[in-house]
Amino acid sequence: MTSLYWLPEVQDWRARLRNLSADSGRAWAEGVALANTRLDFIRTNALDETLRRLLGEDVPPEAIGKPIRLAILGSCTFAHLHAGLRVAALRRGLHATIYENDFGQYWQELADDGSALHAFRPNTVLLALDAHHLTAGVSAGMSAAEAAAAVQDTAGRIRECWRIIRRSFGAQVIHQMPLPVHPPVLGSNEQRLPGSRAAFLAALCIELRGMAEAEGVDLLALDARAAIDGLNAWHDPALWHRAKQEVSLAASPLYGDLVLRLAAAQQGRSAKCLVLDLDNTVWGGVVGDDGLEGLVLGQGSALGEAYVAFQDYARELSRRGVILAVCSKNDEANAVEPFDRHPDMLLRRNDIASFVANWSDKASNIRAIAEELNIGLDALVFVDDNPFERSLVRQELPMVAVPEVSDDPTLFARTLADAGYFEGLAVTDDDRARGAQYQGNRAREALRASATDLPGYLRGLEMQLIWRRFDAIGLARTVQLINKTNQFNLTTRRYTEDDVQAIMRDPRAFGLQLRLLDRFGDNGIIAILIGRMTADDDLAIDTWLMSCRVLGRQVEPTSLNLIAAEARRLGARRLIGEYIPTKKNGMVKDHYPKLGFATLPDGRFVLDLADFVPADTFIDVTEGS
Amino acid sequence: MSETDFYPVLTEIFRDVFMRDVALRPELTAKDVPGWDSFKQIEIIVALEEKYDIKFHTRELDQLNNVGDLARVLAGKTKP
Repeated sequence: MTSLYWLPEVQDWRARLRNLSADSGRAWAEGVALANTRLDFIRTNALDETLRRLLGEDVPPEAIGKPIRLAILGSCTFAHLHAGLRVAALRRGLHATIYENDFGQYWQELADDGSALHAFRPNTVLLALDAHHLTAGVSAGMSAAEAAAAVQDTAGRIRECWRIIRRSFGAQVIHQMPLPVHPPVLGSNEQRLPGSRAAFLAALCIELRGMAEAEGVDLLALDARAAIDGLNAWHDPALWHRAKQEVSLAASPLYGDLVLRLAAAQQGRSAKCLVLDLDNTVWGGVVGDDGLEGLVLGQGSALGEAYVAFQDYARELSRRGVILAVCSKNDEANAVEPFDRHPDMLLRRNDIASFVANWSDKASNIRAIAEELNIGLDALVFVDDNPFERSLVRQELPMVAVPEVSDDPTLFARTLADAGYFEGLAVTDDDRARGAQYQGNRAREALRASATDLPGYLRGLEMQLIWRRFDAIGLARTVQLINKTNQFNLTTRRYTEDDVQAIMRDPRAFGLQLRLLDRFGDNGIIAILIGRMTADDDLAIDTWLMSCRVLGRQVEPTSLNLIAAEARRLGARRLIGEYIPTKKNGMVKDHYPKLGFATLPDGRFVLDLADFVPADTFIDVTEGS
Repeated sequence: MSETDFYPVLTEIFRDVFMRDVALRPELTAKDVPGWDSFKQIEIIVALEEKYDIKFHTRELDQLNNVGDLARVLAGKTKP
C-alpha cells in the first residue's frame, strides 16, 4: 500500500479546496496545510491543479528554501507524477518546477547543449530509467560472460549520464532504482540464469549502489519500496501497456514524497530531532500511576517487547545523528526513574538531549525543546500515542511533524520509517559533528568516570563561559529560564518580557545571561543573574538561577566573579544575597555561605567587596560580542 | 445490479477528478467534457479500481466509448 497514512485525514476536503480559490492571498499557506493531510492521487492532482491555476508557475514569495528545478529523465511517461512531486514539495513549504524530456529523448537532450533540458537549467535531476529500457537486448539465451558484460556496459552508460548531468548543471543527481517488473523465468533461483531480465536487473542494482557511492549520486530506492508495499502497489502492467507508466498513478503521492525527501535533504531540510512522549509511547502504562514495577516493558509480553523494539529503533536513529528528546506530562522525578532504574529500558538518560517532563501543555514544551537544542521547530518530529496531544501540537505548531501513529506500539517504528522525516544522504562531516555535540553529555559522563580527580576532570572539560548582558536576541530564552527554573533558583522571582526589558534599561541594574561551552559541545544559556543597586549603595542579587545540568562545574564561583565585577562597576561596596525557600529549591539553601557570604541578622547574606578576591576556576571567561 | 445505480458514485468521482460538477448521462463522451483527456481517463479508471477493489480488463477499457459503457462494465463487476 502506498498511502500517506502517517498524515492526518483531512476534514471538509471539498469546502477547503473551494475556499482555496476564494482567497488567493492565503492560497499558498492553505495549500501547505492541505498538502500535509492524507491526500490520495485524485486529491493530490486537484490540489496541484487548483494552486497552479491560482498562483501560476512562478515561485511565490511565501515559498521557503531554494526553489527546486527538477528534471525527470527517462524513456517512459512521467506526466502523471508531476502533481505528486509538486505537492510533495508544497508539503515542505518548497516550490518545485518540473521538466520532463520529450518521450524517449533523454540521452539526446543530455548530449545537446541547445536542448530544452539545458535551457531549463535543473538543479535536481532524477534519472528514472525504467526496467524495460534497461533490459533492452537482455535475454535468457545469454551466457554468463555476455550477461556480465551487459551489466557493465549498462552501468557504464548510466555513469556517463550522471557525469554529464554533474558537468552540465552541477545538479543533485538522484538515480531511480528500477522496479523489478519482470516475471522470473527460472523461479526462486532466478540468479542462476544470468541472462534473465530479473537477474540482470538485480545484478545491475548491486552495481549501481556501489557506483552511486563512488560518484556521490543519491538513490531513489523504488526496488526497496516495492519489497515493502508489494510490486502491484507500484506497477500495473495494464497501465504500462496502455500509457507507458512504469509507476502507477495510485502511487504518485508517495512517489513524489520519496523524491522530495531527497531533494529536501539536499537542502538540509530533513528533521533532526525525534521528540518522544513517554507513557504508552516509550513504555506501556502510566509511570505516575502504575509505578516502575507496573510498567509494561521488556520480555514476557508482546506489548512489552514492542516498546523495547521501538526504543531500539529510536536508539538506532540517534546513533546515526538524530537527536532524541522527551516531552512528557509527568512529575520529572517519575519520568526519569525508568531511565535510571528500569532494567528493560534501552534508552538511558544520556541518550536524551533534552528532557522535559512537567504539566505544561506539550506545544509550549516542544517550543522549549527546540530552543534548548537551538534547532528550528520544523526540525522536530513528535511521537505521541495520544490523539489529543497530537492534534493540539499540530494546531499550535503546524511546522512540527506529528505522525498519525496507531496506538499499537508494534507499528511505531514502521510508521516513522515510512514517513521518511529523517531522510539522510551520505553521512556528512556535519552529521558526525552534530552527533558528537549531542552525545556530549554521555562523553562528559565517561570523562568524569575516567578522570581520577575532580580538578583534572574540570580542566579536561576545557570550559568556556561566554556572558552577555540581556539583549533582544536572548530575551525569549531569558524569560523562559526565569519562569521555568525551580531548583537552582535563589529567589524564584518570575518576570515577564516587559520586566526584563525594564532591567535592560535601568542604569542601576544589570542582567547577565551565561552560556557554557566545553569540549563536548555548547550547553546553551545555563545561568541568569540579575542585580539591582539599593538606596544604600549595596548591590542586591535579585535573581541567581542556573541549569542543574551544569552543577559541580565551578559555574557558581565564576558567576560570583561576574556579579562582583558588575557591582563594582555600578559603585557598590557590598553584595547582598537572599534565599527565598520554596518546595523545590532546597538545594541552594547554603549557596551564599558556601561562597563566603556572612549571614545578616535578617537572614540575608552579605559579602564585602573590599575583601573580595575573585576565585580561580577552570573556566575561561569572555564577554560575548 | 442496474447500471443506473452507479451514476451517483460516478458523479462523485467525476466531481473530484474535474473539480466541478459534471452532469452525467449515458451518451456523454470524453469529447463533451473539457479536460477529459487520456490522463483524466486513467484517473477515473484507477479511482474506480481502488474504490471497488476491482481490475478492469484491458479489452473492456478499449471498448469504452461513453459514460453509459463505463456504468455497464461496472455493473457487471461489482455493486455500487
